[in-house]
Amino acid sequence: MNSHLPAEFIVKVDHYRCRRCKRCILNCGFSALKFENGVVAEHHKCVACHRCVTFCPEQAITVEENRLAYKANAHWSVEVRKNILKQAEQGGMLLTGSGNDKPYLSYFDRLVIDACQVTNPPIDPIREPMELRTYLGRKPDSLGNNTAWNKKIGLDTQLGPQLKLETPIIFGGMSFGAISLNAQKALARAAQACGTFMNTGEGGLHKDLYPYKNNVIVQVASGRFGVNQEYLDQAAAIEIKIGQGAKPGIGGHLPGEKVNQEVSETRMIPIGTDALSPAPHHDIYSIEDLAQLIYALKETVNYSKPVGVKISAVHNVAAIASGITRAGADFIYIDGFRGGTGAAPNVIRDHVGIPIEVAIAAVDDRLRQEGIRNQVSVIAAGGIRHSGDIAKAIALGADAVAIGTAALIAMGCRVCQKCYTGNCSWGIATQRAELVKRLDPDQAAERLINLLQAWSLELKEVLGALGINAIESLRGNRERLRGVGLDDTSLTILGVKPAGQ
Amino acid sequence: MQNCTLAQNNLACAEVSPQARATVWINAKRLSYQELNATIHEAVFGGAKVVEVENVNGQRYIGRGLNQPVEIILHGTPGNDLGCFLNGPQIIVRGNGQDCIGNTMNDGKIVVHGDAGDVLGYGMRGGKLFIRGNVGYRVGIHMKEYRRQVPVMVIGGTAGDFFGEYMAGGIIILLGLEQTDRPIAGDYLGTGMHGGVIYVRGEVDPAQLGKEVVVMSITPADEVVLDQHLSEFCRDFNLDYAAIRNKPFIKLVPTSHRPYGRLYAY
Ligand code: SF4
Ligand code: SF4
Repeated sequence: MNSHLPAEFIVKVDHYRCRRCKRCILNCGFSALKFENGVVAEHHKCVACHRCVTFCPEQAITVEENRLAYKANAHWSVEVRKNILKQAEQGGMLLTGSGNDKPYLSYFDRLVIDACQVTNPPIDPIREPMELRTYLGRKPDSLGNNTAWNKKIGLDTQLGPQLKLETPIIFGGMSFGAISLNAQKALARAAQACGTFMNTGEGGLHKDLYPYKNNVIVQVASGRFGVNQEYLDQAAAIEIKIGQGAKPGIGGHLPGEKVNQEVSETRMIPIGTDALSPAPHHDIYSIEDLAQLIYALKETVNYSKPVGVKISAVHNVAAIASGITRAGADFIYIDGFRGGTGAAPNVIRDHVGIPIEVAIAAVDDRLRQEGIRNQVSVIAAGGIRHSGDIAKAIALGADAVAIGTAALIAMGCRVCQKCYTGNCSWGIATQRAELVKRLDPDQAAERLINLLQAWSLELKEVLGALGINAIESLRGNRERLRGVGLDDTSLTILGVKPAGQ
Repeated sequence: MQNCTLAQNNLACAEVSPQARATVWINAKRLSYQELNATIHEAVFGGAKVVEVENVNGQRYIGRGLNQPVEIILHGTPGNDLGCFLNGPQIIVRGNGQDCIGNTMNDGKIVVHGDAGDVLGYGMRGGKLFIRGNVGYRVGIHMKEYRRQVPVMVIGGTAGDFFGEYMAGGIIILLGLEQTDRPIAGDYLGTGMHGGVIYVRGEVDPAQLGKEVVVMSITPADEVVLDQHLSEFCRDFNLDYAAIRNKPFIKLVPTSHRPYGRLYAY
């Protein structure tokens, strides 16, 4: 029995304005438009990616939500009912892309930042230098200096390898396979230009990215795709991927149809085969096993680069982070439950994991209590939307943040959440050659550079308002945050006072 | 032969004749894995063609970071992650091995003259892993192949549960020599397998098989593959080839290259 679900969107063509150039038809990655004596839409195929709307020279095309008069029901929402119908018909898990879109409470939106007034002066970032530079990596427990009378005074302490960031923002792991090579190139160019880092995700490293090796973090995930000595050598740092915010506790699955010639080369698997990443690393069933892999990697690269661990934010994140630190990681990347994905089962993306705000606070607290906060850098990710979120994340205790969805939006993504289909009209989450070429890596890089520049400027303004001149002074400085409309328990966990106190 | 310790290594090795220089001896007694691996590294970069290490006692990660076609002979018991990310060298263990041998191995060969532990050849993409004795759990998980890189693993004894799980490519041969009351392989054999082939000498109880594999009989093409790898295995361990071939083999292959293709509703 076919459910005959009505279309989600209605594509409206103004045939009076349309000059039949067919641009919209060519532009739609989802084949929702065709030409039959004029532009005709197959509404049920439209995903509201707005590619046609953007490129119609006559502004003759619009997309509207199909506002069917579903009988209102606060419990049995329209989405719930549609999903049940789909599953009753096909018997499979629902897949989705991008990040959690459910209206959970945002702690970021309930936190406000302090500013100086009268009793202590704010600083004007236009006039005074503002330091955003951040170093990621293990810091020593104490510093020894060399003070012999006839020598130049210098530090004796041997510092382990560090990543130097000119701004506390890096790009999170997005694999070649999930996103296009042009999108990865744009990220690499922007990272290089801005003095920060992009992350290959778990899909291997394309040779075209080798020139950016000083700005690339490579991932080692459970499938070990594309991981060999050369891969480890072509990176500034290595990240062991345990989990991802959008899909904590489950593996990855790149379907065979996305494994074309080039994806096959970087993942080092045959064309057309499924790339299955098991849910666990089968050589890691404990913190001791994790330590073993961390040191296997450190040994293999002769301790020349930081080795970190990426986990998703889950209930027990603080204890896990403590274990990871003790296992020898130089940085921990914590991905909150709003983190994006190329493909994940709907139920996992929307219902598993915890928000990044509480995870940062819990981890920072725990590491401080145990006296090991200096041993590891904390990168926070999962739904960072603007510089305000960044300032709050750092004030809660993160060393830096990673962005994924925001970077994709900068490149043109319209958050249609259809990344898993591989038909992204914007040339981002696709491997279809005709779509990939729409994304000019130079132009996209330019947009990413602009975004990082804009956010960096804003961060400096925030620091100035706070009367501090280095991001270092904001780190873990929760005294400069206040909660608005948060309950006592949440305030305690976040370690912030309510506004007015 | 030349004795090299960490401190004198470069000097000592540089002074001897090219022929003697080809083999370097290292005494691993009381060396941490970091010291031992650095010493091996130095010896190899100093031009050694063969590195023999005595008194190996649990040091991890031996062979890491080496791309050269060097031969490393270990006397004793190397620790976990022997030959992790191995990319060319040949490692011979005169003793038992521990866990995670050949982790994410790319090329080269590891030969263990005794038993070995769990999680061998995890994510292995190329090269050869020969174990004379028995192995533990989770061996051969996610082995894969790419172009001319076809990893080969031959186990002389028996294997534990989850053998060849998620296997995506390559060849595994399980011999069950000197098998006693223990079954030749544990449960969940080949679970999630979607590429490659597992040959087993003897029978496997169907209840032990993962549901993604089927048993097939041996074809003449398989005989060629078995012959090639087993004669090499027999040469390495000085075993009687005919005695190994006197028992029939079965072949396990995946039922589908897309075992999880129908999990989703679009
Ligand atoms: S792009 Fe605009 S003008 Fe061109 S065919 Fe489509 S609707 Fe008409
Ligand atoms: S990357 Fe493409 S497919 Fe994915 S949400 Fe953005 S526009 Fe849609």
